Amino acid sequence: MKFPDVILQTAAKILVFIIMIYSIYILFAGHNNPGGGFIGGLITASAIMLLYLAFDVETVGEIIPLDFKIIGAVGVMLALLTGFGAVLFGVPFLTQVYQYVNLPLLGKTGLGTAFVFDLGVYLAVVGTTVTIIRSISEDL
Amino acid sequence: MEILMTIVAGTLFTSGVYLILSKTLLRIIMGLSLFTHGVHIMLMSINGLKRGAAPLLEEQAASYTDPVPQALILTSIVISFSLTAFSLVLAYRTYKEHGTDDVERLRGQDHE
Amino acid sequence: MSLLHFAVLLPFLYTIFVPLFFKKLPRIHTGWFVIVIPLLLFVYFLTNFPVQTDSPPIVHSVPWIASAGIHFSLHLDGLALLFALIITGIGTLVVLYSIYYMSMKREALHNFYVYLLLFMGAMLGIVLSDNLMVMYVFWEATSVSSFLLIAYWYQRKKSRYGAQKAMLITVFGGFAMLLGALMIGTAAGTFSIREIIGMRETLADHALFLPAMLLILLGAFTKSAQFPFHIWLPDAMEAPTPISAFLHSATMVKAGVYLVARFTPVFGGDMNWFWIIAIVGTLTLFWGAFMAIRQTDLKALLAYSTISQLGLIMSLLGIGSLALNPDFAAEADWFEAAILAAIFHLFNHSIFKGCLFMVVGILDHETGTRDIRKLGGLMSLMPVSFTLTVIGGLSMAGLPPFSGFLSKEMFFAGVLAANTHTEQWTLWLPIAAWVASIFTFAYCLILVFKTFTGTYHPDRLDKKPHEAPIGMLIPPIVLALIVVSAFFFPNLLSYNLFEPAIHSVLPGLRLPGETFYVKIKAWHGLNTELYMTIGIVVVGTLLYRTYKKWGDVYNLLPHKYTLGSLYDNGLAGAEKLSARITSTYMNGFLHSYLSYIFVFIILLVGGSFVLLDAFGYDLSTNAEIGLYEYILAGAIAVLAGFVISVTSRLTAIIAVGAVGYLVSLLFVIFRAPDLALTQLVVETITTALFLLAFYFLPKLKTEVTRIRVKISNLLISVGIGALFTLIGIAAQGSNQFKPVSEYFQNAYELSGAKNMVNAILVDFRAFDTMLESVVLFTAGIGVYTLIKLRKSRKGGQQ
Repeated sequence: MKFPDVILQTAAKILVFIIMIYSIYILFAGHNNPGGGFIGGLITASAIMLLYLAFDVETVGEIIPLDFKIIGAVGVMLALLTGFGAVLFGVPFLTQVYQYVNLPLLGKTGLGTAFVFDLGVYLAVVGTTVTIIRSISEDL
Repeated sequence: MEILMTIVAGTLFTSGVYLILSKTLLRIIMGLSLFTHGVHIMLMSINGLKRGAAPLLEEQAASYTDPVPQALILTSIVISFSLTAFSLVLAYRTYKEHGTDDVERLRGQDHE
Repeated sequence: MSLLHFAVLLPFLYTIFVPLFFKKLPRIHTGWFVIVIPLLLFVYFLTNFPVQTDSPPIVHSVPWIASAGIHFSLHLDGLALLFALIITGIGTLVVLYSIYYMSMKREALHNFYVYLLLFMGAMLGIVLSDNLMVMYVFWEATSVSSFLLIAYWYQRKKSRYGAQKAMLITVFGGFAMLLGALMIGTAAGTFSIREIIGMRETLADHALFLPAMLLILLGAFTKSAQFPFHIWLPDAMEAPTPISAFLHSATMVKAGVYLVARFTPVFGGDMNWFWIIAIVGTLTLFWGAFMAIRQTDLKALLAYSTISQLGLIMSLLGIGSLALNPDFAAEADWFEAAILAAIFHLFNHSIFKGCLFMVVGILDHETGTRDIRKLGGLMSLMPVSFTLTVIGGLSMAGLPPFSGFLSKEMFFAGVLAANTHTEQWTLWLPIAAWVASIFTFAYCLILVFKTFTGTYHPDRLDKKPHEAPIGMLIPPIVLALIVVSAFFFPNLLSYNLFEPAIHSVLPGLRLPGETFYVKIKAWHGLNTELYMTIGIVVVGTLLYRTYKKWGDVYNLLPHKYTLGSLYDNGLAGAEKLSARITSTYMNGFLHSYLSYIFVFIILLVGGSFVLLDAFGYDLSTNAEIGLYEYILAGAIAVLAGFVISVTSRLTAIIAVGAVGYLVSLLFVIFRAPDLALTQLVVETITTALFLLAFYFLPKLKTEVTRIRVKISNLLISVGIGALFTLIGIAAQGSNQFKPVSEYFQNAYELSGAKNMVNAILVDFRAFDTMLESVVLFTAGIGVYTLIKLRKSRKGGQQ
């Protein structure tokens, strides 16, 4: 399906980056502020959906040459492995640990396995949502 | 406030169930969607509304809203999203395959 | 876990490897890998031999569902050991036999041996379990594996029919037994058989005593093919012959006998127990023997003879149970002898019937038929098989010098004792036993002589018969040797194997260290038993000779109203009835099904809501309502109503989307920023999906629905809405428990997060979130498959 809409295409080019950056901010902010893997993932997915609306499937496929099914699977695996990582240290499945580190620019930041887990959720959401959208739009 | 929201949830349940009982696949899925909204509002209002600040520790508030129902609903939103997406595509494919979106006509064959 | 547990679980665990052997080493018969297991177990059980009766039996327990009193506890006493040795011993021989019987090239051996091992493990589980519930699990496992084995040649209609029949009848009995076990367990307060036996005096007065007894007997009778449940056994003969030799003569059908023996300490002494078992057993004994004569298929003949012999063992157990009745304490010795006879005959029957089945399998294998009318004169062609049949057959007929003679004599002694010592009208017992034994004698003659003597008809046979390969002959030869040696040295078995078993069946009759009188003698002098045997030989031979003249007697039996046709018609009728009932409400309309669910919710939840008087409200804690909130609530309600009536799909979709956006605004008011954000994005994507997916769908029509349906839909939906609203209001008013939420306010200390909701999602309740992403991903894959699968199918057509 094509929407040959010049205004939409021009706007999309700029908007997609803004939305993407925002979504990544949301992903990182999740621990202390509203946000997190789910919301971040959904926002990223909606940015990609905007691309699909503005351009046709083939063009988007060239812009982002990724198989989103695999991204989704990687996300679920990441979340699972975080859980099993805890088992390796002899604590119950999915026990999360965290530590404060001083990162350049960001300052004192809590870094934990919970973030890796959240990243897995993020990837799962992005992968799944885009897979759904893509499957449908390719079929139309 | 709680009682008003419960009544709103009740309205959503009513129209949700009415749509679910109709014949068109699209209506049924929309009904599910409305029903889910009703459940979310109900969960929030049973817990009590507008008590304390948002559950963010940065707020430094004396009391916070209960975070448990919120976490529950967040999970529910995502699950219902996947449910809606799946049933939409299922309905779409059913229509393509059978040429109708009327569940009365999609009735299975009597066996034998 | 003890070694005993591993012994029971070993066959189950080994099944994993059997298909590997079959697939990876196709040149070696899979049976050679399997035979290790029964052999190993047999040796293991031999190390526990003989069981010491003066010390408490070996009991091992592993908690399973401890809260329900269900432990995986096993015990090894005399009775269990006897059965375990029979199962593993005959199991070893049967596997050896099957190596030659089952063709390596044509048969699905991995299936065969997996089922066989499952059965063996389940059977060991039954006899070794101390916990009734565990025993029930194994009990049903034998039914299931027997089903699989009977239907092994599932291409044949008769195999499937026989398997289904066996399954239905034995599982029906199994359920009865479960109910009985639950009753006795409730009455005793424990499921441990040992503990139940320990409190048998107090149990006898319990209201559940008699129902539990009847139900457990029902389980035993169906499994052991007692009249009128015997009808499944002849049809089960469709199984491969090694299976018939193992399951349907030596082991599975003995499970019912085991159950009766195991429960004799609990129920024995009760007169109902004696009467039911004695009558059913004797009736089965007679009917099986009577019906065996008319059979023309050798396996069917053996099946009926098995039924008959099981009836014999049952009736002996019934008579023997009187030893526990205090009224007969003076005559207890006589009844103890009956128990000894039962156990001895059980052993004998397993041996000689296993042997006979194997020989019939050989005949079938070498001649291509089991039909008596086609066979004959095979004596000179198959001398070894003939010898084996003579040994097995005459042992079954009860002639010396074979072990069957001894147990038969003891059986007569038992029925005579029951007649003289019970002071009730039991004269029918020895008479029926005697008449049945005459028929038994006659069919044994048919089995031996109709097959091997007479004229040889090579034209009626598909193959040219010759003696079987040596490997196939070894197992029946071993069994036949046991038959003969058991006659000459019965006391070897009797003191070491049977005496401990009697201790399990009749506990408390002897002090520790004392023994039962178990000396078995071949010669008792000229007593009534011997005269009865002589009479049997004379009359039986006469019957065999004159069969042509009196055989018409069978035509007098009704053909239409047999038990078999009762079963068939009953089954067909039940199918028809359930189809009719089902079709009244399972009409294929989604609308109907959903209506049932909703009406049920209204009735059940609403009903209990009203009955419990649960409604109440407390508005005092309600937050005040702002103007915006009124507007939002009103807008949501109006939009929700609007969606129902609108006919344009675009408008409907946008209206649903608008509801979603308004809900996300509500979340803002509810101080739930995470929810508001998520809801907003989800709603955007969902609306886009709605629009994408329904671009090509037809326009929403005004639905043509009958007004009656419309009203009922409206009533149901209003009912659900009102009910949930009331429940919601009532729930706000009551706060039963302290919220757990305060714990999560320590999110920063516990997980370094300041966003409590996020901390719950990724840390405290991360398991939910993980599975949730799995659900999401599954849905995505589902969508992908739904669309792509059709594409590839279309591509294939082009």
